[in-house]
Amino acid sequence: MRLELRELTRRFGATAAVERLSIALDAGRIGCLLGPSGSGKTTVLRCIAGFERPDAGEVLAGGERLAAPGVWVPPERRRIGMVFQDYALFPHLGVLANVGFGLRDGDRAARRRRALEMLELVGLADQADKLPHELSGGQQQRVALARALAPRPRLVLLDEPFSNLDAEVRMELAQQVRTALKSEGATALLVTHDQREAFAIADEIGVLRAGRLEQWDAPWKLYHSPATRFVADFVGEGNFIQGTVLGPGRVSTELGVIEGQLTRGQPAGTHVDLLLRPDDVIHDDESELRAEVVERVFRGAQFRYTLRLPSGATAQSFAPSHHDHAIGERIGIRLDAQHLVGFPRE
Amino acid sequence: MTSSQRQSPTLAAITVALPMIAVVVAVMQGAAGADAELWAHLREYVLAGVAWNTVILVAGVVAIAMALGTSLAWLTAACDFPGRSFFSWALLLPMAMPAYVLAFVAVATLDYAGAVPALLRGWFGADLWLPPIRSTGGVIGVLALAGYPYVYLMARGAFMTHGARALEAAQSLGLGPWAGLFRVAIPLARPWLAGGAALVAMETLADFGAVSVFNYDTFTTAIYKAWFALFSIETALGLALLLLLFVVVALALERAARGRARYSASDSGARAALRIELTGARAWMACGYAALVFALGFALPAIALTQWAWQVAPLDLDGRYVDYALRTLGLAGMAAILCLALAIVLGYATRRAAGPVAQAAARVATLGYAVPGAVLAVGVVTALGAADQAWRTLAGGEGLWLQGTVFALLLGYVARFLAVAHGPVQGGFERIRPSLEEAARGFGLGAREVLARLHLPLLGAGMGTAILLVFVDVMKEMPITLMTRPFGWDTLAVRVFEMTAEGEWERAALPSLAIVVAGLLPVVLLTWRMERAARTA
Amino acid sequence: MVLKLHRAGWLATLLLVPLLLAGTARAAGEPLVVYTARKYQLVDELFQEYGRNRGIEVKFVTDDGAPLIQRLIAEGANSPADLFISVDAGDLWRATEAGILAPVKSPMLESAIPPHLRDPQGRWFGLAVRARTIAYSTDRVKPAELSTYAALGDARWKGKLCLRSGKHAYNQSLVAMMIGDLGEAATERVVRSWIANLAAPPFSSDTLLLKAIAAGQCDVGIVNSYYLGRLQAETPGFPVQIFWADQKAGGTHVNISGGGVTRHAKNRAEAIRFLEWVATPAIQQRFAAVNYEFPANAGVAPLPVVAAWGKFEPNLVNVGTIGRTQPAAVRLLDRAGWR
Repeated sequence: MRLELRELTRRFGATAAVERLSIALDAGRIGCLLGPSGSGKTTVLRCIAGFERPDAGEVLAGGERLAAPGVWVPPERRRIGMVFQDYALFPHLGVLANVGFGLRDGDRAARRRRALEMLELVGLADQADKLPHELSGGQQQRVALARALAPRPRLVLLDEPFSNLDAEVRMELAQQVRTALKSEGATALLVTHDQREAFAIADEIGVLRAGRLEQWDAPWKLYHSPATRFVADFVGEGNFIQGTVLGPGRVSTELGVIEGQLTRGQPAGTHVDLLLRPDDVIHDDESELRAEVVERVFRGAQFRYTLRLPSGATAQSFAPSHHDHAIGERIGIRLDAQHLVGFPRE
Repeated sequence: MTSSQRQSPTLAAITVALPMIAVVVAVMQGAAGADAELWAHLREYVLAGVAWNTVILVAGVVAIAMALGTSLAWLTAACDFPGRSFFSWALLLPMAMPAYVLAFVAVATLDYAGAVPALLRGWFGADLWLPPIRSTGGVIGVLALAGYPYVYLMARGAFMTHGARALEAAQSLGLGPWAGLFRVAIPLARPWLAGGAALVAMETLADFGAVSVFNYDTFTTAIYKAWFALFSIETALGLALLLLLFVVVALALERAARGRARYSASDSGARAALRIELTGARAWMACGYAALVFALGFALPAIALTQWAWQVAPLDLDGRYVDYALRTLGLAGMAAILCLALAIVLGYATRRAAGPVAQAAARVATLGYAVPGAVLAVGVVTALGAADQAWRTLAGGEGLWLQGTVFALLLGYVARFLAVAHGPVQGGFERIRPSLEEAARGFGLGAREVLARLHLPLLGAGMGTAILLVFVDVMKEMPITLMTRPFGWDTLAVRVFEMTAEGEWERAALPSLAIVVAGLLPVVLLTWRMERAARTA
Repeated sequence: MVLKLHRAGWLATLLLVPLLLAGTARAAGEPLVVYTARKYQLVDELFQEYGRNRGIEVKFVTDDGAPLIQRLIAEGANSPADLFISVDAGDLWRATEAGILAPVKSPMLESAIPPHLRDPQGRWFGLAVRARTIAYSTDRVKPAELSTYAALGDARWKGKLCLRSGKHAYNQSLVAMMIGDLGEAATERVVRSWIANLAAPPFSSDTLLLKAIAAGQCDVGIVNSYYLGRLQAETPGFPVQIFWADQKAGGTHVNISGGGVTRHAKNRAEAIRFLEWVATPAIQQRFAAVNYEFPANAGVAPLPVVAAWGKFEPNLVNVGTIGRTQPAAVRLLDRAGWR
């Protein structure tokens, strides 16, 4: 079921938690709202679910208006499943009973079968008789997902579903969640502040800042073609260095003239701040360009070096970890950037 | 935890339970000397009847109080209807109205000769049949109206703090508001509802004032009869022992009914859920329902009392009333603080030494709520008499040292009302995660410091609730005060008793009204804190 | 946190103030300590006046008679009470049986109080008399239709009789006296016939009962005379009147409000003096009048509204004997189902 938000606005007092948000998510796609805390993403979710009333704008699911001026469908009639941050499993019911809670159609046997099917989907069929407090956090979250999916909702909303779990569990669970959602063909919207989760699960991501949408795009494009400075900062790692546009695809910087695709098509002569990702800065012993190592972070397969350039600006670089350089060393670097992301210097 | 580390908390728990233990010992000792012939008489003519009456009364009162309290808590916590914000706190006001006052107001105004039927007969003719208030239904109704605020308080707390998230989950699964209430909100609130039901049941068991007005025979009236009419204190204590056993069994059943499920307090601040807006006929029905309960439980009786008090005021109102009021408030305040302190000690002790002895001590300590005040008074008087005797033989001298002093009063109050303070305090302790304690101990704080610097500040709201509840209850208390008070220590409740004992109900209105007014302040404070806690949750 | 403890400390001190306000010794001389079942509003002024006259403090505590007796027994030799005042003769008998009252030799009291209203051994003395007799609706019943207590069990009164609770001492004393006169079997028959005639469940107070008669719920009832006196004084034209029962069959049942000196009294002389003071005609009149009762001292006239009921023959058996049959009466009431 296609989800559409049109100019969604929600205010708390004088501040706007969500300001004129418009997105569209096609049926069967998994979307994500990404942003720091306080950016309004949970509010958006609650407006879609019907737990908050928007002050302006519309919420449409499958073309049907759920919320609009003069229109309000109560949450229990929206057929929108929700997975909460704290799982919200009913403590007085067993796992199977929790999963089957929202099932209405069919006889008891049919409902039981569907509930077991969902439990199998999340790999917990053997825990059917346990009570929620007897499961681990990750298991509880999977039960919550199974519960939300069981009634075949037209949309599934996930509110920071992994934030209560430890790191190793997160990534694994994220993959499992994506598989489960895709296999049910569900349209889903996830909300998180963790970009790795977002990248792992979502087909499309919207970056939110103070209630406004900065960019709605595929993860790859967010990373390589951020539309705003904020997105560039927030998504992925990197630094800005100063440069001047010489012509289409050519920017002059202190590291030399860089050639590539200028994503924002600025005219020649514009002074820009150019985004340099760590993977754009290659460590090359042969290069004449030298930079001083000021910080290094060991990441197993790589080092991430923070380097000081001759002009004083900083850049980061990934280097295979057998290139072990100490702080203070001057190492050779060269640029290998395909996408040139520049923003007009302020 | 080593066994020696467990000893002092266990000892502390036992110390707190001492008043009740003394009462139980006195009861068992006394009961041992029960008159066999009298027992035979009671068994044949009295016991079956009062046992049946008591069961019906408790069952009826609990059922109606639960229905009223839960439904009203739901309407004011999760729904919206005209007048909701007023009724949210107003529905707690009947707590300030003692059951015996409500009883005599009900009988005086609604009995055959009362003002309301007289009026109705004037309109509709002298042959009009009206349901008699002096019936089983009447006494159940009055006690339920007096008792539902406790259930309301508990249910409202549960719905507002724990219900919100689960309700949203239920809504996302397609459950409408009413299905959500019955399939999710109530099951989740079960421990709190059970607690409220237990309080109401115990209050009903111990009640003597209200059932006397209705001339309804219960276990408690049988105890009074055996003691004061048949002058066999031993037989009375034997009946009291039966009552205690009944209570223990009932409480054990309640605990078993809670089941395996674990209801942990979710710390994640639940956002205030969107209220279910009632519209049209439903909204007005809800408003009317709340208004009816408020009127019957508080507004109408208060008006009747004010009217009578107005007539009598020139006669009775004088400087003495300031004295009564001061003493009533002073006693209530002292008892409240004492009960709170002991409840904290008990809560902390059972937390640190979760062994069977400490748990048993905690259960015994809170048993007093179900015991008729007169029985507690006997226990206290007997225990203090023994203590006085020991003191005299040890230290010489004569006269009464402990008996007939304020200490005896306070001992009786503690034995009776510790349960009331225990509930909120225990709930507060349970909300403190063990990891907080471990963190504090990690900083090198000893047990007492942890209590003072960690638990007490966190208990915050629980302590306030405990104090206010005990305060209101002691202000209304009659039997213990009557029997153990020192000279010149008449309280407002004593005044009410003396007037109603002589059937001078209009004159009883003035002290009754004073009790209600004095009780309003703590009740309003209580609701104000609850609202504040809910808003910041 | 420290601040909170400070506040708690202040609170505790504030609350202790009432404690200090209590027990401020006022006058010289040993105080007189009274345990009284006669309620506060009837005795307070009397005690105050006596205290002023004698320059001493009169300390008293009120409660029902039976709890006071239990308290006296529990306190034993250490009891501070000098005087015990009761509102039921059965209680006084109980008190003597329990050994908590001491004999008093007082020619004044012996001459002022008639013999059937005091203990032969001087352990207690009646101070005011009330009759428990029949009240009837002046609108619906003629005095000629009434005669004895037992006659209220006749079929003509079916559904027209109102009674107070059998749990109250006044009814227990009435039935106890009937057992003394008629024997248990006959009394039980009478009581059962009353229960069969009830118009409504037993009332918790005589006042409610009288109001029910006035309102028409029943036509006749058995009450203590002073309740009717109160209502007749408050509401002139109150449509209920008194009828002296058993006039031709032994006399109307009477009960007393009376007192006795406790065995371990510290201030025995003062207690005796108080009793004698109450027995003087002037005080007798006030003692009885404040509660619409008859003075025990036969020579003293009662209130006009009380005197208007006319003279009657009281049952002259010593009221103290009521206590002996009271336990049997209580059991009888249980058997007959008089709630």
